[in-house]
Amino acid sequence: MNSMIDESSSAATLRDNADVAEVLGRTYSAGFITQIEMTGLPPGLDEGTVRAISAIKHEPEWMTEWRLEAYRHWLTMPKPDWAKLKIDPIDYQAISYYAAPKVAPKSLAEVDPALLETYEKLGVPLHERAALAGVAVDAVFDSVSVGTTFRKQLADAGVLFCSMSEAIREYPEIVRKYLGSVVPTGDNFFAALNSAVFSDGSFVFIPKGVRCPMELSTYFRINAQNTGQFERTLIVAEEGAHVSYLEGCTAPKRDENQLHAAVVELVALEKAQIKYSTVQNWYPGDENGVGGIYNFVTKRGDCRGDDAKISWTQVETGSAITWKYPSVVLRGDRSVGEFYSVALTHHYQQADTGTKMIHLGKYTKSKIVSKGISAGRSSNSYRGLVKMEKGAEGARNYTQCDSLLIGKKCGAHTFPYMEVKNPTAIVEHEATTSKISDDQMFYCRARGISEEDAVSMIVDGFCKQVFRELPMEFAVEAKKLLEVSLEGAVG
Amino acid sequence: MLKIENLHARVEGKEILKGLSLTVNAGEVHAIMGPNGAGKSTLGNVLCGREGYEVTRGTVSYNGMDLLTMAPEARAATGVFLAFQYPVEIPGVNNTYFLRAALNAQRKTRGEQELDSMQFLKLVREKLKVMQISDELLHRAVNEGFSGGEKKRNEIFQMAVLEPKLAILDETDSGLDIDALKQVAQGVNTLRSPDRAFLMITHYQRLLDYVVPDFVHVLADGRIVESGDKSLALKLEEHGYAGLAGRQPAGAVA
Repeated sequence: MNSMIDESSSAATLRDNADVAEVLGRTYSAGFITQIEMTGLPPGLDEGTVRAISAIKHEPEWMTEWRLEAYRHWLTMPKPDWAKLKIDPIDYQAISYYAAPKVAPKSLAEVDPALLETYEKLGVPLHERAALAGVAVDAVFDSVSVGTTFRKQLADAGVLFCSMSEAIREYPEIVRKYLGSVVPTGDNFFAALNSAVFSDGSFVFIPKGVRCPMELSTYFRINAQNTGQFERTLIVAEEGAHVSYLEGCTAPKRDENQLHAAVVELVALEKAQIKYSTVQNWYPGDENGVGGIYNFVTKRGDCRGDDAKISWTQVETGSAITWKYPSVVLRGDRSVGEFYSVALTHHYQQADTGTKMIHLGKYTKSKIVSKGISAGRSSNSYRGLVKMEKGAEGARNYTQCDSLLIGKKCGAHTFPYMEVKNPTAIVEHEATTSKISDDQMFYCRARGISEEDAVSMIVDGFCKQVFRELPMEFAVEAKKLLEVSLEGAVG
Repeated sequence: MLKIENLHARVEGKEILKGLSLTVNAGEVHAIMGPNGAGKSTLGNVLCGREGYEVTRGTVSYNGMDLLTMAPEARAATGVFLAFQYPVEIPGVNNTYFLRAALNAQRKTRGEQELDSMQFLKLVREKLKVMQISDELLHRAVNEGFSGGEKKRNEIFQMAVLEPKLAILDETDSGLDIDALKQVAQGVNTLRSPDRAFLMITHYQRLLDYVVPDFVHVLADGRIVESGDKSLALKLEEHGYAGLAGRQPAGAVA
């Protein structure tokens, strides 16, 4: 067995004679609050809370029991503390576990205009006429799904795309078969909590042989105060099915930290392909590190059949703290797992993110490309595990981790773990740490490009490999997001 | 166009330029020659506003503006261009994209309409012909993996697209084989015009065989010690810089 742990930490200077402008605020354009009548549960968590959530959702008995089991397990679990994160203790009794607009819409036509406007402002129009061409959207507002577009077109193709609550009611046999089959209720502290109190999320089912005719997308929005968002997403692609899915996330600016603990499960059967992209822009807190979302998410895909493929692409610019390792279990022979990530931290943001590739099947392949950008006083860690089990004959992994430092007070860290139990497996790892050089800055400026535009351009070039993996319109969005997030990073 | 008077500049606390004076008029091509460490590249960097180059005395006036108070990007927008001795690689940033961003940033600062991608492409095609540069170079990242010759040709190509008023070529000829040198020289000659001036910093006379300068200056120990026409370059080639040591500064040359 080979095992390797390597840590490289560094902090570098952009320019000796220029201080990084810590106080120049970035513009968080999604920071507004929607005024809408809400209903919800008071803060606090016990078995009664779990039952109440289940009751509000009119869930069947098995679901309630499933939640309660998770809750009881959660009570016995210690909080994870291995990540390179400084987290103030979270008072789980101070959080409200359910918040929803008072008037529950039955269809898109009935959605409160204030809500439609909210999504409009965020660039996610929910009217099908105005909707992003070729993208079906499920909008989750606090604890509930407020609308899903293009349902009829999808249904005609045999694709099921709806909120998780609805799926539990309408397609209980599918949900029961797959829910918790990738991320078991007791998988980790936050996954257990999510399993107990999850309120909504998206459900996607692509039947055998179907290529989903459009991009699917879920847009998560936290609005209510003192509320946690615990969504649960399940995507199942049957034999030979293909789907590309994108999630986007924002939250208002608030001074207190809010908890977001989601679970995403992907199941790809034989020859199925799932591409899952995330543009995460939760409120990151202000320039002094006050407020912001705690983003503690468990995402895992299971290539359950031979020749299946699961690909994660993430662009993470938000959240005060990110704790997230989208992973792939490569069970089927010749199955493929990919992870492409851009994680940007600024001010006092902390990110501990990466992936796990678990190779079980023969000739399985995985590829990891992680790009970390740190500015301000932020801390950005890549943590990845590549595991080649005994049966992973001829399996291969390639990992590339690049860190870019802007300013002199930030940190970048790389923690690659490798466990190889099959001698025919090949694991490759490359890591680089660089800073935007004075030479690059001067070259751009001598050509007429301003300092800030030069930084964006260089960062964009640094991320190119990952942006290429995003669906076209979101690549543009991701690029803009990085620009906004880097505002004031150089002074 | 450019009037440098009694310029003193320091790099890392060490005085490199020690009272340099030079006047350049529109349409003129000036060659600055001199031994290693004389301050040739420092002059280019000071004129373009590179950080770390501290001007302690003297003035630089460019078309009536005080060049030394301007940011590098502002200088570029007014038409000052530096062809780098060591062009910088910017991984992942497409060469064409970079150039368009540069041109549009300059145009915007000057209050001109920015070029859309079609207009820009048309311009690039025209310039490509002139520069005899292959398209393929445009699709790659800025200078990434370019050979030495490709990097230098790319600098001249950028100059052709940006159409500066004052072009400073910092040892653009160094490291080029004779064919590449001819190509670069041809590019420069094509761009010579009555309203554009060139400052060519070079070690060797050979570039001047192809780009014939109006004036040749010898820079030694931070000052211009001799000025003349192209015959001065030939004299230098024959006798070397050693014969110039200890001469008095030549002062401003018109």
